[in-house]
Amino acid sequence: MDSTIALFLVQDGLINGAIYALLAVCFVLLFAVTRIIFIPQGDFVAFAGLTLAALEMGVAPGSALLLVCLGVACALFDLAGLRNWPPAGWLLRRLGAYLALPLVLWLGVRDLAPMDLPVWADICLTLVIVVPMGPFTYRLAFEPMRNASILALLITSVGVHLVMMGLGLLFFGAEGYRSTPIWGGTILLGPMMIQGQSALLMVCTLVILGLLWCFFTRTLAGKALQAAAVSARGAELVGISVETAGRRAFVLAGLIAAIAGILIAPITTLYYDSGFLIGLKGFVAAIVAGFASFPGAVFSAIVLGIIEAFAAFWASAFKEVIVFGLVLPILLWRSLTNPHDEEH
Amino acid sequence: MRTPLLTFLAAVVLVLPASGVLPAFWATLLNMIGISAIVALGLVVLTGVGGMTSFGQAAFVGVAAYCSALLTTRYGFSPWLALPVVLVVTSIAATLIGLVTVRLSGHYLPLGTICWGMAVYYLFGNLDLLGGFNGISGIPPVSLFGHPLLDSRQFWPLVLVMLGVSLYLTRNLLDSRAGRAIRALRSGTTAAEAFGIAPARAKLAVFIYAGFLAGLAGWLFAHLQRSVTPTAFSLNAGIEFLLMAVIGGSGRLWGAVLGAAIVVLLKNALQDYLPLLFGSIGSLEVIFFGVVLVLTLQKAREGLWPVLAEHIPQRRSPVDEIATALAMPVRPKGEGPFLLEAIGINKRFGGLVAVNDVSFSLAKGEILTLLGPNGAGKSTTFNLLTGVLSLSSGEVRIAGHSVAGASPSQIAGLGVARTFQHVKLVPEMSVLENVALGTHLRGDSGFLRCLLRLDRPQEAQLLAEAARAIRRVGLADRIHSPADSLSLGETRIVEIARAICLAPRVLLLDEPAAGLRKAEKNRLAELLRELRAEGLGILLVEHDMDFVMSLTDRIVVLDFGTRIAAGLPDEIRKNPRVQEAYLGSVA
Repeated sequence: MDSTIALFLVQDGLINGAIYALLAVCFVLLFAVTRIIFIPQGDFVAFAGLTLAALEMGVAPGSALLLVCLGVACALFDLAGLRNWPPAGWLLRRLGAYLALPLVLWLGVRDLAPMDLPVWADICLTLVIVVPMGPFTYRLAFEPMRNASILALLITSVGVHLVMMGLGLLFFGAEGYRSTPIWGGTILLGPMMIQGQSALLMVCTLVILGLLWCFFTRTLAGKALQAAAVSARGAELVGISVETAGRRAFVLAGLIAAIAGILIAPITTLYYDSGFLIGLKGFVAAIVAGFASFPGAVFSAIVLGIIEAFAAFWASAFKEVIVFGLVLPILLWRSLTNPHDEEH
Repeated sequence: MRTPLLTFLAAVVLVLPASGVLPAFWATLLNMIGISAIVALGLVVLTGVGGMTSFGQAAFVGVAAYCSALLTTRYGFSPWLALPVVLVVTSIAATLIGLVTVRLSGHYLPLGTICWGMAVYYLFGNLDLLGGFNGISGIPPVSLFGHPLLDSRQFWPLVLVMLGVSLYLTRNLLDSRAGRAIRALRSGTTAAEAFGIAPARAKLAVFIYAGFLAGLAGWLFAHLQRSVTPTAFSLNAGIEFLLMAVIGGSGRLWGAVLGAAIVVLLKNALQDYLPLLFGSIGSLEVIFFGVVLVLTLQKAREGLWPVLAEHIPQRRSPVDEIATALAMPVRPKGEGPFLLEAIGINKRFGGLVAVNDVSFSLAKGEILTLLGPNGAGKSTTFNLLTGVLSLSSGEVRIAGHSVAGASPSQIAGLGVARTFQHVKLVPEMSVLENVALGTHLRGDSGFLRCLLRLDRPQEAQLLAEAARAIRRVGLADRIHSPADSLSLGETRIVEIARAICLAPRVLLLDEPAAGLRKAEKNRLAELLRELRAEGLGILLVEHDMDFVMSLTDRIVVLDFGTRIAAGLPDEIRKNPRVQEAYLGSVA
């Protein structure tokens, strides 16, 4: 291996690592705030990428209809849970979010998609379609399980992944798509040639991680989320609703997943189920970081990306075996250095 | 009436598919149900009983199936000769996965199994030795008395026997000393450790057992299908096994069979009918399975079996109280005059000093009371004495032996039994089973002996001991009630019975009279006097003055973590510092 190949592999690893880092941060965030290990995170990445690809081809994406279905289910859940007639304002807000927004989107997107929209419009449409899926999923699957154990929440989360994977197949079909690069140019950096899209991806990741850091340390909403993460009961006592915190965390998770999907859609061909594998790698990074540390998650995600790139070069058939197999020695190391980590 | 009916049913189940009346297709489904039920059974024990779970059981099934395929096609093993090798290999794999996760928080085991499932799936698919994604075919059939079982109808009796054996072993396990230890872990480890159960070991044992069952299923699968491919052992297959355990009813043996039947039949039906609705675009049944999994966890977390089980009368064998008494435990001989000594013990949490340089000692046949207002450090002191918390400085001696750094189980082994201020019983276990946890250190039946039912004589002794303790505390009529049906006062008494079962030298009781009625308190005081007369040392934390003053020999008063007075009850009553601590300054 010469230095050109090594540099190329590092670059490749950094690109993958950046995406894993975004997802790993989501895993840590959601686990801290809601105690949910959100396996379907990766499915949203694929949904976003496929939505963008469909819009570019001038086709109404299946995800718009999927959002309508999820919204209707949320509305039904809300209505079924009612004991008495709710205040009109509440009802309007809920039905607006669960029914009107998805319906308007779905109807709108059918007319908008065939028009040759600029790329930023496609991106905005993708975001408004995919991001609400986060909080909708939270409402449907997890809100009814407030006091469940981490284990029950984890099994539920795997159930949600099954549903999402099946729905992905139903709404997007089995074919894979790749969108056109947002920025097609290349940058020469010394001996390295970097694709414009890759550079964009790296910059966006850095910006998002920076913004997240600001959100958590500088804004009240971010601090409220952190408070809910530290102690749910304590947060409730000072007037922070755990449900709201959970919903906000899922909005954030949906947003980051959607951005990740938009960024990698031009780099790899996405299928309805490829999100799962991408998500699982972010998840591996989160495990390495012990589901506790944001910088730890980012760091291990980048390292994982680079290991994966080199593994793909040396033993391409065993790339996945190496990446997932790595978790076991890491868990062993954690268990030896941290033997009294009990959850009671 | 019952037995002939069961025999008839058994004959029908066994003979009908084998006789050829049943179409081969149905026999195949039955076989799949049986094999899946064996895997689900392991998950039932792991999830519902042990409070852990695994998404990677399909990978263990796969390891076993590939192992048997390789041994029989390449190395000329007969399937029967391959079976023990297969079981050992899967158990070793489970041991390795288990070892790296059992000491971490509960959710690391399932997370580890997800990664293990993925890694194994890709390994199967990419190893040339294992035929890559095409797998291995041409696996020889299992022969029984010289007859190869070629047809799924001939194979069925073998599956049924293996399922029967698995159910029998699992039932044995749950109804034993080892099983109780595993069941106790689900509601937290503090109480279990206080009676000598080592949580990490018990968890590992269950995980290996679940892996062992998956291995058995994998062997059956390989020789039923006669070919193996990686897809059958993917993570999705692992999730399906978990689905079976969850909807059948995790924690219920027959729930595994019910769940396996539901999932296999449903999958078959969905794969027939969904393409009619949506066209044949792939495996859409996962949507349905996912929804069922989520809804089961939301609406019926105990699964479906308990709903059915309500209509099945339960038989309960009476406890034989005449069983020969248990031998008294052998413990290091006491040295010095005291059973328990605290010498200048300290506990700091960061800047907060919870217990500050406290000393006291407890002699044989004595009742000593720790008194003090809320937050005085009484419960912290208890936790220091029993090894739940570690000392910041100072020394604790039990029967003259220093116990620096000893774990709660080791301290229990020295003959220290305790109760908890916030009662820690296993809610779904009966009073008898809860109390029998106290006998854990007095038995030695291990996992294997319990599985094979070689523990019966000792188990009878343990249960008899528990039953005697229950009679002694006056709860004989509640012996089979589940612990969560008792009143708070009764649960405190059950904790005392559990503590007595350890045959303790030292008994630590944290507010035993709280929540008791007058008559119950009198009976408790009577019991404590009896135990004192037998030579036990009893350390009480109690708020009820009337109860304490008539009972205790000496009192130590704590305030803000510091010992402010010690002496006979009357002296303490008159002590001005004590009055100040309790009532505020008189001036």
